[in-house]
Amino acid sequence: MDVLVGQLFTGLSLGSILLLAALGLSLTFGQMGVINMAHGEFIMAGCYTTYVVEQLISATGVALIVSLFVGFLVGGLLGAALEMGLIRWMYDRPLDTLLVTFGVGLVLQQAVRDIFGAPAKNVVAPHWLTGGLTIAGTVVPKTRIFIMVLAVAAVIALAAALETTPLGRRIRAVVQNRSLAETSGVSSRLTDVSTFFIGSGLAAVAGVALTLIGSTSPTIGQSYLVDAFLVVVIGGLGQIKGTVIAAFAMGLLNSFVEYSTTATVAKVIVFIVVVIFLQARPQGLFTVRTRSLA
Amino acid sequence: MVAGCGSRDSDTASGSNAKSCVDTSKDTIKIGSLHSLTGTMAISEVTVANATKLAVDQINAAGGVLGKKLEVVLEDGASDPKTFAEKAEKLISSDCVAAVFGGWTSASRKAMKPKFESLNSLLYYPVQYEGLEDSKNIFYTGATTNQQIIPALDYLKQKGITSLYLVGSDYVFPQTANREIKAYAKANGIEIKGEDYAPLGSTDFSTIVNKVRTAKAGAVFNTLNGDSNVAFFREYANAGLKAADMPVVSVSIAEEEVGGVGVQNVAGQLTAWNYYQTVDTPQNKAFVTAYKAAYGANKPTSDPMEAAYTSVYLWKNTVEKAKSFAVADIQQAADGVSYDAPEGTVTIDGSNHHITKTARIGEIHPDGLIYTVWDSGKPIQPDPYLKNYDWAKGLK
Repeated sequence: MDVLVGQLFTGLSLGSILLLAALGLSLTFGQMGVINMAHGEFIMAGCYTTYVVEQLISATGVALIVSLFVGFLVGGLLGAALEMGLIRWMYDRPLDTLLVTFGVGLVLQQAVRDIFGAPAKNVVAPHWLTGGLTIAGTVVPKTRIFIMVLAVAAVIALAAALETTPLGRRIRAVVQNRSLAETSGVSSRLTDVSTFFIGSGLAAVAGVALTLIGSTSPTIGQSYLVDAFLVVVIGGLGQIKGTVIAAFAMGLLNSFVEYSTTATVAKVIVFIVVVIFLQARPQGLFTVRTRSLA
Repeated sequence: MVAGCGSRDSDTASGSNAKSCVDTSKDTIKIGSLHSLTGTMAISEVTVANATKLAVDQINAAGGVLGKKLEVVLEDGASDPKTFAEKAEKLISSDCVAAVFGGWTSASRKAMKPKFESLNSLLYYPVQYEGLEDSKNIFYTGATTNQQIIPALDYLKQKGITSLYLVGSDYVFPQTANREIKAYAKANGIEIKGEDYAPLGSTDFSTIVNKVRTAKAGAVFNTLNGDSNVAFFREYANAGLKAADMPVVSVSIAEEEVGGVGVQNVAGQLTAWNYYQTVDTPQNKAFVTAYKAAYGANKPTSDPMEAAYTSVYLWKNTVEKAKSFAVADIQQAADGVSYDAPEGTVTIDGSNHHITKTARIGEIHPDGLIYTVWDSGKPIQPDPYLKNYDWAKGLK
């Protein structure tokens, strides 16, 4: 029982981390179709933002909350710069964006190494997040609970923004039919930049959360990049609902398989399940229903 | 042949088909320093290259070796074994260095080994490793298993620990080390409660820590490498596991890494090495002072750095004993050459090219430094193939 609850929780917590890492990608990759290999480095930017903010504000509790907002801004600005500087010229060349953003990712990694040094930096978790709570006989780290709450909050915020705000309507319009949206007076340029801003900002928020469990080092983002792409593909491109379900499914599957086997075997099995699933359902869990002919 | 007479040492190279091109006719003699100055291993290896440089500068200031000043040719292995092999070849064949000081990962050493053997040159390798190897062209100045892992197991046994949980990264060193640990445990009545490997670079340890917690072992033996340690110790602390109840013994966290892991997450945990910055010898005080003067007051010294620093002095002492820079002469003279290193006196064992080393178990303190809680009292003879341990029969 103890083990079951422990692993259930581990799975949900891993799922929330995957969800945070993939949420931004569900916008930039899922909705806009840009294969952004620098997404991992935007996550890393969030980690280092937290480190810098913590150096400036020594109260760690305040610093973490401030970092969530500053991180979103930093990630967003990096994303907007990438979109305006490079990606805007290659919307019809997905393979080129893959290579270009991969290069940008490497540049960002080296830049961080030059500025902060190669060794991992220590981000101190606030005291109200140290230790764990005992739930149903098992100790659950408070940091993990925080990350789950954050993931849920991020999903609700993003869904609300897409559903109710004028920007959200513009984003959905451009995704579903770019030329028709433009004919109706929507500026697709501005919408593209805004979408990238939000998607990359969310990546950095994931990075802020990751400082609580992982290492703040130049390569941290790479550990999550592939998983984030998998989650978006399984969920169905452009589907937040799908992204949520896929993230938790992968998290739970991974944690239960890993408990009875090993971490390496768990990764392999998750990959096999993903491949089989995509054979049966290449479009992912959900698809966008549009009236466009494209 | 006495060096410095304007001839080339290759004339004396015996038993080797490769010609060495070391030039002993000038006032300087070249040596190579080959470490990852870029890439994932740079975090550790840059400091080791710095320690090598410090020893060279000190030797030059004191008049050099056999009257010649040392000139370091610095190369970057870029955390890539193939690059290490290429750069080793360049240092030996086109820079014509008398010896190379370098390497960290076992993969880099394994890649360089054939180059040093076929081109008949010398490598001084400064990092603890999994043992089960020797070469007449490599001097191993870090610990082999019986100078680090076995003393750590002896220490745990002496403390009354009867069960262990093994956690490591999924590659050569942890798997080999754990095979040895399991053989030791079997012979000494220690129960292995579990064994888990995380992919290199893995940052999610919730499942592994869950398993460790439910297993309730006496101690955890940690052979994780690099950033994984950060995630592991955070999860360990957050899950409410404490050093007092289930200590973790690590073999690859040194002073440099403690900062990145966060001292609040590892304070009280144990490490096994041969050297800590806090080792109380006059030689170490001088070493630490000189290093901080050269590279910054807040820079710690660590075990591999000390071994790299010691390597240069061991080479110098061997050259002076041989009165020659030639590889064959150095190999001949090496047995019994010793040096009063910061960790204590070390002596080369000519039969396997490893050195005697004092083992130390340390405890990580809240100031980020590691303090010795137990040491072997005297240098331990190297035994890379564990010939002197009955339980190790059958390990390869």
